[in-house]
This record gives sequence, C-alpha cells and structure tokens, in this order.
Amino acid sequence: MGNITFIEHNGNQHSVDIEEGKSLMQIAMDNGIPGVDADCGGECACGTCHVIVDNNWIGTTGNVTKDETLMLDMTPEKADTSRLSCQISTSEDMDGMIVRLPEFQM
Amino acid sequence: MNILSPVIEKSAALIPIHLQIKGAHVFQKVKKGIVKGKPIPVFKESPIPDVESLAIEDIDVSNPFLFRQNRWQSYFKRLRDECPVHYQKNSPFGPFWSITRYEDIMFVDKHHELFSAEPIISIGGQPEGLAIETFIAMDPPEHDLQRQAVQGVVAPKNLKEMEDLIRSRAKDVLDSLPIDEPFDWVQEVSIELTSRMLATLFDFPYEDRHKLAYWSDVAASSPEATGGTGSMDEAFTVAAEVAKQFSKLWREKEAKKSAGEELGFDLISLLLANENTKDLIDRPMEFLGNIVLLLVGGNDTTRNSMTSGVHALNQFPDEFIKLKNDPSLIPNMVSEIIRWQTPLAYMRRVAKEDVTLNGQTIKKGDKVVMWYVSGNRDERAIDQPDQFMVDRKNARKHLSFGFGVHRCMGNRLAEMQLRILWEELLKRFDNIEVIEDPKYVQSNFVKGYTQLMVKITAKPS
Repeated sequence: MGNITFIEHNGNQHSVDIEEGKSLMQIAMDNGIPGVDADCGGECACGTCHVIVDNNWIGTTGNVTKDETLMLDMTPEKADTSRLSCQISTSEDMDGMIVRLPEFQM
Repeated sequence: MNILSPVIEKSAALIPIHLQIKGAHVFQKVKKGIVKGKPIPVFKESPIPDVESLAIEDIDVSNPFLFRQNRWQSYFKRLRDECPVHYQKNSPFGPFWSITRYEDIMFVDKHHELFSAEPIISIGGQPEGLAIETFIAMDPPEHDLQRQAVQGVVAPKNLKEMEDLIRSRAKDVLDSLPIDEPFDWVQEVSIELTSRMLATLFDFPYEDRHKLAYWSDVAASSPEATGGTGSMDEAFTVAAEVAKQFSKLWREKEAKKSAGEELGFDLISLLLANENTKDLIDRPMEFLGNIVLLLVGGNDTTRNSMTSGVHALNQFPDEFIKLKNDPSLIPNMVSEIIRWQTPLAYMRRVAKEDVTLNGQTIKKGDKVVMWYVSGNRDERAIDQPDQFMVDRKNARKHLSFGFGVHRCMGNRLAEMQLRILWEELLKRFDNIEVIEDPKYVQSNFVKGYTQLMVKITAKPS
C-alpha cells in the first residue's frame, strides 16, 4: 500500500496510507492531520482543505474545476500548485506524493 | 431600480459624495410627497400565533417579530418537516421561497450559476435612492475582483499582527466592568468590543468609534429590506455622514501615499494599494457599499455572538462547568456559539433559471431565501441541534458563514475575537449570570439582542 506525506507549515511531517478512491481531504481528516478544517465536508464550497501539492506530483492530481479555482482565489496563500484536497481522489499512482499545508486556512 | 446612481457616478468627480446623498434625500422626500413612490412597509407588532394554528401556505417567516418574540424555532421546524422548500406568496416583501434544510441550503449556496446574489441579499429591496453596490450582492466575475481587493484586511496573516492590540483593548473593557451589580452585557461588552475592533480595522479615529456601531445599526435596519425599525430620514443622514467621514479618511491616506509614506494594513490603505480599487472613491455607490458591507459584516454578527455565548452558557449550565474545567475547549465552543446563534438568519438569492429542488419548481426570477438559522437546527444534518455543546464534534460544520463564493470573508476575525473574549473572561470571572430574559432585535435578518442583563462574579484571588 502506498503513502502520501503531509508537511505542516511548521515542518512537521505526517505519512498516511493511500485508500484508493477516497479524497485526500477525507484521508487527512481520518488521520487527524492538523491544519485541515474541511468545514463544508467535501463540497468544494469553503476552501478550508487547501493544500499545496509538490511540483513533481501536481500532474497526478487531476483537473481543477472552475468552482475550485474560484474558491482557491479567495485565499491569499494560493500558490501555482494549490488544490482543495477534497477535490483530489487518491490512487496508488500517488505513492510517495508530498503535499504542504498553508500557514492558515481561510 | 435606483435611478440616481448613474447621476451620482457622473458627478462624483465634481461634487462631494455626501452632498449628493443629501440631494438624493431631498429628491426622495419630494417624490414620496408628490408621486407616492413605492410605500415603505410599516410593521406593527402583534403576538405571533402558534405555528400549528396556521395553514402551511400562510406561514410567513419574513415576519420581523419572529426572532424578537423568540418564536422562530417551531416555525422553522414545521417548514423543515412538512415543506422544506416553501413558497410564501403574500409577504410584505413580496413572494419568496424559503429553503430550510441544511443540504438544500448548501445546494443553493454552492450554485451561484443558478442563483444570483444580485441585486441585494435581504428579502426586501434597498431603500429607494440608496442602492449601494457591494460584492456580497454581485455575481462572479465582478464579485471576485472586488472581494480579492479587500479580503487581505481580514486574512489570517494580517490578523496575527493585530491580535495583541485586540487583546489589550479587550482587557481594558473587561477590567472596567462592574462586579456583583447588574449591567447590560450588550452595551458594555459586545458593542464596546466590536466598535473597538472596527476602529482598528478601518484605522478610524478611536474617539469616534461608537459612531461605527451606530452607523452599522442604521444601515442594517431598513424596514423595506429586513423589517427593521429604521427610517428613511435616518438612513440618508447616516449614509451622508459615512460618506463624508470615510471620504476624509480616504483623502488623508491618499495624500500619505502620494507623499511616498508607507501605508498600513487597514482597509482603506489596502484599497488604495490595489490596482482595481485605487480609484474606488470615484465610484461613490461602490465605495460606500464596500464600507457599509465591512461595517455591518464586522458589527452585528460578532456583537450578537459575544452576547449569545453568555446566554447559551446560562441556558446550559453544565456546559459552563465543562468549559471552566477545560478552557482548551474555547476554540470549539466559538464555532458552536456561531452555529447556535446564527447571527445573520439568511441570505437571499434570485433564480437565474427554473430549478427543481426537493420536489418544488422554483421559477426563473423568483426570490430564494436560504434560512441558515433553520439549516443550523436541522436534525437531518446536526446531532441534537437545539443543544448547546461546548465539546460538540464537528462544530465547524455549520451554515452561519455561508458556503461557496460568498462565504464570510471575516470568519477568522470573528473566531479570533470570540476566542480572545472567552480566554480573557475565564481568567477574570467565576460566573456571568443572566438575571433577566434577554430582549431581541426586530428584524428578519439580524438575529440578535438589544439587551442582556447580567451580574458577574470575580474569581477569588
């Protein structure tokens, strides 16, 4: 089974197991990763599960919808590889993926 | 529609905004006298009947006394259970749909392409002649540009800079409260703290801070928009005053900018620093709109949450004990307060096309009201929703901030203010006892308190 590493803004790292088909947000919540709020529960409607995907891995995370872009545009910490983790469906292709958490969720 | 805005826009460069508003006021007065424009509704209070005595189609949750008389819970429960997407065709604000379940509200809030926030988010329209333009009532893409220009002022990074100042101002207020004698929490704590906060955010003259709360109250209390107690004369007078004072503040900061001085992180400095908004003052209705939006957004909401926390802990005394035993519950309790109170009861949309929702067909052009206050008590989405639980699981899952592109911009500021308040309260006081039934605001929009009499006991030293 593959794994994904979350890196908090303060540098703390958490490695979690991939559960094929589950959203990255849900995996973060199930593993109690600090710094992910996910207020709307995965509806792409609050922007509080923001992650910044490592450049090398952004290609595996799928397309960004217009609504996701609108929500991401509302956070001042948006980077080129920002995603809402609720919109990323995890797969074994992501084994070894690194995602960073912003300092704050909006 | 507002016919004066284009005129005001064109003459903006020549005549100060506040004088133009005064002109518009005279025009409206004359118009009301001669041609009898749209009448302003008059609301006379009478006791709200038992909801079970009404036919479902006669239920009108736009009644501005529903919150004031504290009868709202049974009304919304009946709608949620029997008719979750409900049409009221004869309200004083015209016909409208009520959306009352959590999931349906989420659907409407998310789908900005189906439901427009324009021209305004209250059930009724804005006062004639005073149709300000604010991004809370704009759709993408205009909305996005305007919001991006100002959201930095309440971004968590900026808030971190302000936390110490906010805390020291909160301490001053709490240290001067009377001990063991009755006082009104709304006046002495909630209004005082939010006024201080607003003055900080706007870098507004500190000694004039009480004006900010007063202006916000007037702006949010128009009878035609929300069934409030305001008057047309007061609304125009205040709009002119806000325009005058904030134009002055703008010009002062603009002069600083021209002189090459460094700008601060207050709202106007941020607007001046942004390419899209640096000339905002030349678009007076938009300028005024942004100011009023931040005033109202930062005032009523936090003020009433500051009051409701005390009210809730008195209604659920075991929770107060739990909190005192474990102050690390404060952040979770803050979310619970915001859910339990729902300080803004709803947001309104207009259907952009025919939409079928929960078996009902909403026609293009119909008004659609998302009752957050009801969704936050929806048994289908929230466990024991009428209970106030400081350690509730998933307390952040609530509708009070809205969802989608219009999600509350100041949510982190609100949470921070409430967290600081409760941290400082628990350090000082053993008990905050509510000694009379609270008095509530007359409005279908602002769910809030006009008075909460309390007595506080100091911690034994």
